[in-house]
Amino acid sequence: MRRPGLLAGTGAVILRLLQTVGEVLLLLGQAVRASRAAPRNVDKILAHMAEIGNATLPLASLTAVFIGGVLALQSGFQLAKLGAEENLGGLVGLSMVKELGPVMTSLLMAGRVGSAMAAEIAAMAVYEEIDALRTLDIDPVRYLVMPRVLASLLTLPILTVYVDVLGWIGGALVGSVNPRINVSFHTFFSNLRLFMEVRDVLDGLVKAMVFGVTVAIICCYVGLQTRGGPREVGRSVTRAVVLSFICIFIFDYVITRLLI
Amino acid sequence: MGEVLSTGMGTLAAGPPPRGVGIRIVGLAKAFGEVQVLRDLTLEVHPGETFVIIGASGCGKTVLLKHLLGLLRPDAGQILIDGAPVANPGEPKRYRIGMVFQSGALFSSLTVGENVGLWLKEHRVADDGAIERIVTEKLALVGLADKKHLMPSELSGGMRKRVAIARALATDPDLMLYDEPTAELDPVMTDHIAEEIVDLKGRFRITSVVVTHDLNMGCYVADRMGMLHEGRLVEVGTPEQIRRSTNPVVRAFITTQTKGMGGA
Repeated sequence: MRRPGLLAGTGAVILRLLQTVGEVLLLLGQAVRASRAAPRNVDKILAHMAEIGNATLPLASLTAVFIGGVLALQSGFQLAKLGAEENLGGLVGLSMVKELGPVMTSLLMAGRVGSAMAAEIAAMAVYEEIDALRTLDIDPVRYLVMPRVLASLLTLPILTVYVDVLGWIGGALVGSVNPRINVSFHTFFSNLRLFMEVRDVLDGLVKAMVFGVTVAIICCYVGLQTRGGPREVGRSVTRAVVLSFICIFIFDYVITRLLI
Repeated sequence: MGEVLSTGMGTLAAGPPPRGVGIRIVGLAKAFGEVQVLRDLTLEVHPGETFVIIGASGCGKTVLLKHLLGLLRPDAGQILIDGAPVANPGEPKRYRIGMVFQSGALFSSLTVGENVGLWLKEHRVADDGAIERIVTEKLALVGLADKKHLMPSELSGGMRKRVAIARALATDPDLMLYDEPTAELDPVMTDHIAEEIVDLKGRFRITSVVVTHDLNMGCYVADRMGMLHEGRLVEVGTPEQIRRSTNPVVRAFITTQTKGMGGA
């Protein structure tokens, strides 16, 4: 059999990509339709929210403080050269709220929780548990996907706000203790309040919600598509996390462009 | 269309009147890529009958079961259950199907009791108290009422199969499907599972289709048997008729040294 040429090969990749995008959107539509059953599945949704929080919170806390600190360090030195270090609060605060908070939180969620979602559902697919659900007339989308998507939609914004605040605190700490920056907590947060508007916070929360749904639906989709054995489960986890990361970056650009 | 090689229904043991649905498969064909797994398969299973399908590994037995469940759609042919075409999973139907997967397919994140009660809970058939009673009752049928709070990972292979049977029975099925119910089990546990199937047959007389390559177990539980070979049923009859078959394909399968039929 002849190997496909460059054009045919590229076409095949694009077609596969379009097919995957279509199937993910279809799954998202099914999950949205299944959300009518959310009131009956509150226990599952809350359990997944707790799982997302427990898995993401410790690492997110550490990451937020240090990222806020590094951001303050890098930008504080440059602002100090210009004699404008009193604007540190606004710069660090807006960066966290509009960009670093939602992106970092969703990347952490994809790595910690999304991977677990993909692994669990992939294992269920491989060991016929998904088929077993279908034979019990239980819709796998309603039972598995919808609670995870809704939990991610609700939890990511909450986690993002938490990460934002910790990032501010990290930035304020570094700004106040570093002698070259020397911005007090009061100056930092006054400047933050001066520059930050409600719309800035909402922009960040919109990103958090979109990223949360994206990670959940991609990880569930990849899990459900898994066939084969334990090795394929591992491959699915990697694929789910990588795809989630890529989509977070793409959607980050698109949403930022739309909201600016 | 292939002809139905039926030499008459075996005599059902005396007991409650047969319930359950009839199955009629006509000209079923299914291929995966270039591999033709089922070709022109025709079969009839009567209400209340236990029909065992035997055949070599990979001959399409599980594929046939998945068609009955609606998990696969045929390339050609028709499958009627209770006179109606097979419904997709989740679509309303007049009958209920209980399935016992080869691996058990218990939900690993749920306890034994939660596994058995899942259908009842998700379909809101009864309140929590009633569900608890039904779960205990179904687990008692398979001798595992005291294992309700264990996780599937804490059970032996035979216990997992029995819990899977209890889970299927909790749906009050009209049709039970068993996919290699004694695969990977030792001879003692194989006997236990076979006795469970015969016991359930005696108690409930629901239609059952058992897929297995364990000939002796198949003979023990079957009212009638069919041999699947190259995508078709090459012989259908009572266990005794299968044992006396002169079909060379059937004889080659049932007279093997290590797993052949006793006395074949």
